[in-house]
Amino acid sequence: MSARDVRMKIRSEASAAERAGGVTAFRRRHGRLLSVIGLHSLMLLGLAVTLLPFWWMVMASFMPGGEASTFPPRFWPSRWSLEHYATLWERLQIGRYFLNSLILAGGVTLVSLLINSLAGYAFAKFAFRGRKSIFTLLLSSLVIPGQVTMLPVFLMLKQMGLLNSYFGIIIPGMASIFGIFLIRQYLQGVPDSLIEAARIDGAGELRIYWTVILPLAKPILVTLALFTFMGTWNDFLWPLIVLNRQEMYTLPVAIANLMGEHAPDPELMMAGAVVTILPILLLFLALQKYYIQGILMGGLKE
Amino acid sequence: MKHKWLIPWFFIAPALGTLLIFFFLPVLASLLMSCTDFDIYALGHLSRARWTGLENYGRLLQDPLFWKSLGNTVYFVLAGGPLTILAALLAAIGLNSRQLRLRDWFRLGYFTPVITSLVAVAVVWRYLYHPRFGLFNYLLSFIGVGPVNWLGDPVWAMPALIILAVWKNFGYYMMIFLAGLQTIPDYLYEAARLDGAGWWGQFRHVTLPQLAPTTFFVTLMTIIGYFQFFAEPYVMTQGGPVNSTLSVVFYLYQQGFRWWRMGYASSIAFMLFFIIFLIAMIQMAARKRQEAA
Repeated sequence: MSARDVRMKIRSEASAAERAGGVTAFRRRHGRLLSVIGLHSLMLLGLAVTLLPFWWMVMASFMPGGEASTFPPRFWPSRWSLEHYATLWERLQIGRYFLNSLILAGGVTLVSLLINSLAGYAFAKFAFRGRKSIFTLLLSSLVIPGQVTMLPVFLMLKQMGLLNSYFGIIIPGMASIFGIFLIRQYLQGVPDSLIEAARIDGAGELRIYWTVILPLAKPILVTLALFTFMGTWNDFLWPLIVLNRQEMYTLPVAIANLMGEHAPDPELMMAGAVVTILPILLLFLALQKYYIQGILMGGLKE
Repeated sequence: MKHKWLIPWFFIAPALGTLLIFFFLPVLASLLMSCTDFDIYALGHLSRARWTGLENYGRLLQDPLFWKSLGNTVYFVLAGGPLTILAALLAAIGLNSRQLRLRDWFRLGYFTPVITSLVAVAVVWRYLYHPRFGLFNYLLSFIGVGPVNWLGDPVWAMPALIILAVWKNFGYYMMIFLAGLQTIPDYLYEAARLDGAGWWGQFRHVTLPQLAPTTFFVTLMTIIGYFQFFAEPYVMTQGGPVNSTLSVVFYLYQQGFRWWRMGYASSIAFMLFFIIFLIAMIQMAARKRQEAA
């Protein structure tokens, strides 16, 4: 084999390798493109499935009466109509239920924020006898399902005459183990020196709590407030039991009740669902980073 | 200050007092009530309740409706739990992919069902499941399926509630999985790739084992949560058709607050507690063994 042949061979091998390399690079590049497209189509499909019920809810709430019960189903109204919102407002007292939900969720949130933050602070920053055992007891009782206490608490509220009153929801909701836990976790990360400095300055204990601890705990307080507000707003079983007079209904109880009489009016029911969901959705959109923070802290509690 | 040791007690007193009165004492009271024949007559006058020992529990074990409700609940947990976890894991893996654009928007969209009122979405889904006008049957007709009488057929009513529950809840666990995925260090994947692992190999040998603590926590939360399902059957099926969606909590509600058999209802509540407690214990033990191994 002459030197020329060798060179030719090497060159042809190199170009074959180059070509082969080109093919893999081609496949790799397009493979990646395909996988990117695949990923995005799957994620979009999932998103469409997730949001479809909301889409239909909003659209149906604006359809003229009867249009949501047609075949094939409509995806948007033929004519935008506010009649169902008007009916809810004028004839079905939705304003009253909205106000009840607002008062209860707001009331529970404010009171429980105060009580849980006091307790969470004590568990995080004071050494006292029984601290650890009480805290462990609280945490382990999280496995007890709420339904266990429902019947005796109902009887107790009945004896106290608190059925069908805002207090029947607010008082039992004043303290929550999860809330105490959340605040304790957060405050454990606050340096003691800040509290000591305030003590040396002669501040009283309540004053330290109010002017040093609460401002420091602001992010976790927002998180807890959001959880409590949304939890109380969306709660169903307990208000269903405690508030059985119509003028005391919260939105979910009222909606479930309307379903009994107005099941043949999907447009009206959808308007009711929108009114129930929308305030919480807006609140969540405004404060979502705090909410996610709370999920993650709860998720790391083991 | 003289009584310095009192300060923390002063701070925890309101919370502990509330929990004592509205949580810990009622747990005991409920246990006592479950051993009485507390009914609508006792509701008028407490002294009319009589001590009956374990009679309620004995009756419960022979009550076909209780077994039916327990069977339905277990069905809901065993089918809904894994499906929810699977959907959450898949969504989290998708969201965690570096190639994904608009990640925040996808995350927000997937999470939306979590924050909504279960009653409101159950109302919406009741119409979506409508056998003639519902959107689901319409869409299914394009792939040649149906029409399914979702909520009216004893076979399909439970799957319908399960699909709703998966849709409503997966976003919550997705967030937890996503946080778990983000703590897995890149070098583990690089090492797996060097060893020639493909996508599936990396998933099986890196992602899953690294996520084990998260999965354990998520599983426990789903089981505890799903054992207490109530609003779905209340709004959508009232436990029917032919009791095919009667859940334990719905049965408890009927016994306690519709027929005021509060002693009997308390025994249902304790049975539920006992089952949840048992499952939590078994899971924790399994987890400890796994960690030790």
